[in-house]
Amino acid sequence: MAVRRRHRLQRGMRFSEERLGASRAIKWALRYVFPDHWTFLLGEIALYAFIILVASGIFLTLYYVPSDTQVIYRGPYALLRGEQMSEAYRSVLDLSFNVPAGLLVRQIHHWAADVFVAAIVLHLMRIFFTGAYRKPRDLNYFIGLTMLMLAILEGFAGYSLGDDLLSGMGLAIAYSVALAIPFVGAQLGFLIWGGQFPGSADFLPRLEIVHVLLIPLAFAVLITMHLAMIMRQHHTQFPGPGRRERNVVGTPLWPAYALRSIGLLFAVAAVLVLVGGLIQINPVWQWGPYHPYLSENGAQPDWYIGWLIGALRLMPNFEPTIAGHTLIPNPFWGGLAFPLLVFAMMFAWPAIERRVTGDYRRHDLLDRPRDRPVRTAIGAAFLSWVVIIFAVGSTDRIFVRLHVPYEEQIHFWRVGVWLLPIIVFFATRQICRWLQRTGSHPLRDWEGAVIARRRDGGFEVVADSPQDAGAAEPGPPIGTAPGQESEL
Amino acid sequence: MSDGPHRRPTRLRGTISMIAALLTARALRDAFARRRQARVTSRPLRTGEDPSQRDVAANRRAETLVAILLVGAGLFAFAFTIVYAAAGASTQLLAVTLGGALALLAAGAIVAGKALVPQEKSVEQRDVLLKEDELHEVLEIIESGGEGISRRKLLAGAAGLAGAGVLTAAVTPLASLGPDLDAIHQTPWRRGVRLVDDQGRPYTAEEVQIGSFYTALPEHADPGAFGSGLLLVKLPADRIHLPPARRDWAPEGILAYSKICPHAGCAISLYRYPTYQPTSVGPAFTCPCHYSTFSPGEGGRLMFGPAGRALPQLPLMIDAERNVRAAAPFREDIGPSWWSVRRGQS
Repeated sequence: MAVRRRHRLQRGMRFSEERLGASRAIKWALRYVFPDHWTFLLGEIALYAFIILVASGIFLTLYYVPSDTQVIYRGPYALLRGEQMSEAYRSVLDLSFNVPAGLLVRQIHHWAADVFVAAIVLHLMRIFFTGAYRKPRDLNYFIGLTMLMLAILEGFAGYSLGDDLLSGMGLAIAYSVALAIPFVGAQLGFLIWGGQFPGSADFLPRLEIVHVLLIPLAFAVLITMHLAMIMRQHHTQFPGPGRRERNVVGTPLWPAYALRSIGLLFAVAAVLVLVGGLIQINPVWQWGPYHPYLSENGAQPDWYIGWLIGALRLMPNFEPTIAGHTLIPNPFWGGLAFPLLVFAMMFAWPAIERRVTGDYRRHDLLDRPRDRPVRTAIGAAFLSWVVIIFAVGSTDRIFVRLHVPYEEQIHFWRVGVWLLPIIVFFATRQICRWLQRTGSHPLRDWEGAVIARRRDGGFEVVADSPQDAGAAEPGPPIGTAPGQESEL
Repeated sequence: MSDGPHRRPTRLRGTISMIAALLTARALRDAFARRRQARVTSRPLRTGEDPSQRDVAANRRAETLVAILLVGAGLFAFAFTIVYAAAGASTQLLAVTLGGALALLAAGAIVAGKALVPQEKSVEQRDVLLKEDELHEVLEIIESGGEGISRRKLLAGAAGLAGAGVLTAAVTPLASLGPDLDAIHQTPWRRGVRLVDDQGRPYTAEEVQIGSFYTALPEHADPGAFGSGLLLVKLPADRIHLPPARRDWAPEGILAYSKICPHAGCAISLYRYPTYQPTSVGPAFTCPCHYSTFSPGEGGRLMFGPAGRALPQLPLMIDAERNVRAAAPFREDIGPSWWSVRRGQS
């Protein structure tokens, strides 16, 4: 049995070797080492969500009709029967109600998009707070940031295709932001929309090509570069026993890591299929068709657009004019200046840190966030700034649910958005220093051992935990968690 | 097996599922026990020690568990196809069967990865990325390609010109996309156009009541044009404080404004009319997108929010049949701001 199996494998490998001669590359790939830490899975989750997005998206393109031709709905959804709507919106309704498993696939696609962006953001936080963006991975960090921008754009383009009331309102805002670009905004907006909003018949086909071809193509190229670069440099790793700047310790791809990663792929797929079928998302038939004279109260976009809504709401009515011309129309601030500033700061950060610290070396070992209190505090303050603005996007819901007057909330946050991050900065720095000093891990059990230095310079394990150590000998234990005993 | 033939499958299925559950539970228990044990016996490594290790698990129970999970995944996947084929398949059932198959596959792969195959910790060396001698070789090869060329500046300039020309040619077709900005000033509203509702019924002055707001559209025009939608309200005389130039724009206290918010282009759909005088600041239109708030009695003045301009007002008149009509086109651009949106205004 074993002999026959081996024989078959040999025949297959021989077949490809005679043609490709790839055994060295295959061997290298099979022995490629992945460090073991759960935070390294966030990027993988994003990758797998992307795969689900492509697979479900292909299904959707077969049914979607990018047309603004007005038709009368005569489908099975009674509440919209007789209603005038675009062919695009009707095709989404038909996909949801008439195509077997159509609603399932559409909801999987929508959920996957939300998970995709969320996984990228969490992955980015891991990269930032552990210093993984430092040389030699700064280029890859830039590619990642670019993909985050594209992901937000891609998601927005996706839910705008449906031409339901919510997507129409979102596009009206996007059009206004385009018009708000100084000097050339109106020309640019007319170029994209093919005329005055809501646009010519060319607009939806253009938007569809952007969503199903151009941005996905960019993703394919950027993901390939992202992975190729990380494989060339190898993954970073947290400091630990036997782990050095020059090596990487972990599980080789074959077989254990491959199986675990495939397991993660299936797990991501399973979760997305289950929520896609069991938890309703974007029920477009409830919003109804879009016409420019209609809008809906309490409309909220997908979560990754929330920070822009918040910024648009928070901004005072500042619209500087010059000689009768409108220099900077208001939506520019929240819709474009704010996100561009956020990304510019993230792009600039590696260079800023290098300049300030004077550290131009290559880094392959990660920092624990607490060991870099200032960076961690800056990151937390920056994050809180963005999160507050994100939260302002839901001030209307807070008004409706909790009866806090809308206008007072806005006045409060116009100040709070600058004060709170300062408080977060000092609090985070203090917490980092306290954690560093005490060496405690409030969020996890003790793992490691207490070691003591012997007279001859060697080390020995004196106890399995600090409690035992306290009982065994009165002197203060020297070692702490495994993370701190490597040669740093 | 003396039971009737129709009972046998039930008992068989029961037995199989009982065995499966038992085996799964035992395998899981063993796997966890093994992990716990492993954690207890592992000791921290000394500095400089090689962390490589390889354990061949050879775990028959894990094999059974993986097999069960894979069989389960296969059955769920087939169930998905069956549910799909059945008429009136529910989205929920499709999700549970397909999601269940994927979840079992995930569990199978993860258990196999953690308990079935050899557990290995390995050390790989990183490459030095910058190798000075190789870098110099590459530089030499590149530079040697320019040997024997004397007029570098001329060639570079010529290539630059060619590049600039080709680049310009490449983006030129974009101009065929437009834009012709004329339409930005256009709305369907002209003198005499009747205000109708979304069914095409003309509004009469009597229909417009104080305290409500109405959406009005232009008669015989595209209701989907950006400038079509109007807000139509009636206010008592003491609430109306229009600029002198607009004194006759609101016949009988009836006012019309563009429905499109001059901030970000959403349709304004909230109307606040005071019901309790002491605390209300007056009637207001509010846009549900970013809560720009405008005063209908004061020519659309901004009361709160991010909009940079007032809400554009449309002059009205009432004809002999008491129908409400536009008295003139909009005096300014409707919709969001842009470079020349304030042209003609001082």
